[in-house]
Amino acid sequence: MGTQSDIKLIDENGLRLDGRSAGDLRPIRIEAGVLERADGSAMIEWGGNKIIVAVYGPREAYPKHNQDINRAIVKARYNMAAFSVDERKRPGPDRRSIEISKVLSEALSAAIMVEQFPRAQIDVFIEVLQADAGTRIAGLTASSVAIADAGIPMRDFVTGCTAGKVDGKVVLDLSKEEDNFGQADLPVAALPKSGKIVLMQMDGDLSVEEFETATSMIMNAIPRINEIQRNALSSRVKVEGGGGE
Amino acid sequence: MNWNLKSSLFPVNVGEEIMKTREVVLPGDEVSLGGLKARNGLYKNGESKFCSAYFGTIQRSEQFVDVVPFWGTYMPRRGDRVIGKVIEIGPSMWIVDINAPYTSLLHMNDAPWRINSGDLKRYMNTGDYVIAKVLSLNEIKESWLTLKDVGLRKLEGGTIVSIQAPKVPRIIGKNGTMVNMIKDMTLTRIIVGQNGLIWLDGTPGNVIIAIEAIELVKNEAHTIGLTDRVKAFLESKKGEIVGNAE
Repeated sequence: MGTQSDIKLIDENGLRLDGRSAGDLRPIRIEAGVLERADGSAMIEWGGNKIIVAVYGPREAYPKHNQDINRAIVKARYNMAAFSVDERKRPGPDRRSIEISKVLSEALSAAIMVEQFPRAQIDVFIEVLQADAGTRIAGLTASSVAIADAGIPMRDFVTGCTAGKVDGKVVLDLSKEEDNFGQADLPVAALPKSGKIVLMQMDGDLSVEEFETATSMIMNAIPRINEIQRNALSSRVKVEGGGGE
Repeated sequence: MNWNLKSSLFPVNVGEEIMKTREVVLPGDEVSLGGLKARNGLYKNGESKFCSAYFGTIQRSEQFVDVVPFWGTYMPRRGDRVIGKVIEIGPSMWIVDINAPYTSLLHMNDAPWRINSGDLKRYMNTGDYVIAKVLSLNEIKESWLTLKDVGLRKLEGGTIVSIQAPKVPRIIGKNGTMVNMIKDMTLTRIIVGQNGLIWLDGTPGNVIIAIEAIELVKNEAHTIGLTDRVKAFLESKKGEIVGNAE
């Protein structure tokens, strides 16, 4: 963001570097139940992003002073692998990943029926294996699939998407170059059925009109992404139900 | 086939009807009640419509609609018979792991023996299994077990296998048909806990066949005609069963 460059991100035909038009998403593939040991798991490939999510719990929260007598606490841990970016990332939590972990935990608590599990804790481990812009949203989208896969009661899925401003134009689902050299980035996550927003952050500047265009683009994309989430789960039953007649 | 034990009160043919119309739902999907009452796994959304809370199947019985998740943890309910493992011993209580998010307590006064405080180890040590009943449960999910009822006891010997708690009703079957069939055909003693732990005792070879049958039920729990397939499987293994009359 904010880095100036003379790369043209949008050509004269209005197409972006990877050939998408302003409202196109990158290809998304989600697979549920990829890990044997976890209670629930999912893997997402969103453009160049590759993320694995593992869910454990609900289980009794430890240390005990962290327990909430009324509800379960959701502990998401967003972690980037050292090899996930071009230059080696120093492993371990840093300022950025601690912040992302916090906002993702809050976004997921809005969908999970936390009040059914007093004193418990639900762990969500989000491991970014390859990063290519929009990892928090991709991680969140995969997390809600993994949580549904774990059999944890949820009000709805959590589905996210980003939009941003590139070369003065509002576009959906920023790629890495657009994220690095664009003027703004707006990740949003919502509950697709009710349209309630559970996460919204902004990096860079957007005018009010641009912001409104961006959010409406995102809200249009969310049902499309939700469909992919739903298919990831239902295809799991079809595969396992192979023995049925 | 009945997924929920409570619905075994309903006529048998209702169960068959459910199998054919079983429908998969995802979290947030609206569920039409068709005049029935919503029970487990459903919630009311902002527009007071009933929606599924789980990724699972819809089960309609005579009065109720339930959403049964495919996977999930066991949540203790009062009156459930569960198999637990003693993990810690206090001066007057055993702390028991019942395969739920929370541990449970078994007080010495709820055990069938006359015990002096501090002397609990002589009766049950860590690692021992019990079949117990959930005596009470409070708002914050603290639960107490009891051993004072028919059939409740410390489990001596035998093997424990675990399955997902939502699949327990399938292992039991309509009025216990499935588990009784496995018991009779493998000549094994089996106790199924509501929490997904199963205790088996018998000749090692027989127990292995019984476990294979349970695995079959576990893997195909959401399919139709399962009882027949398990029966066919057990018939094919009949020759390997030790102590069979034939």
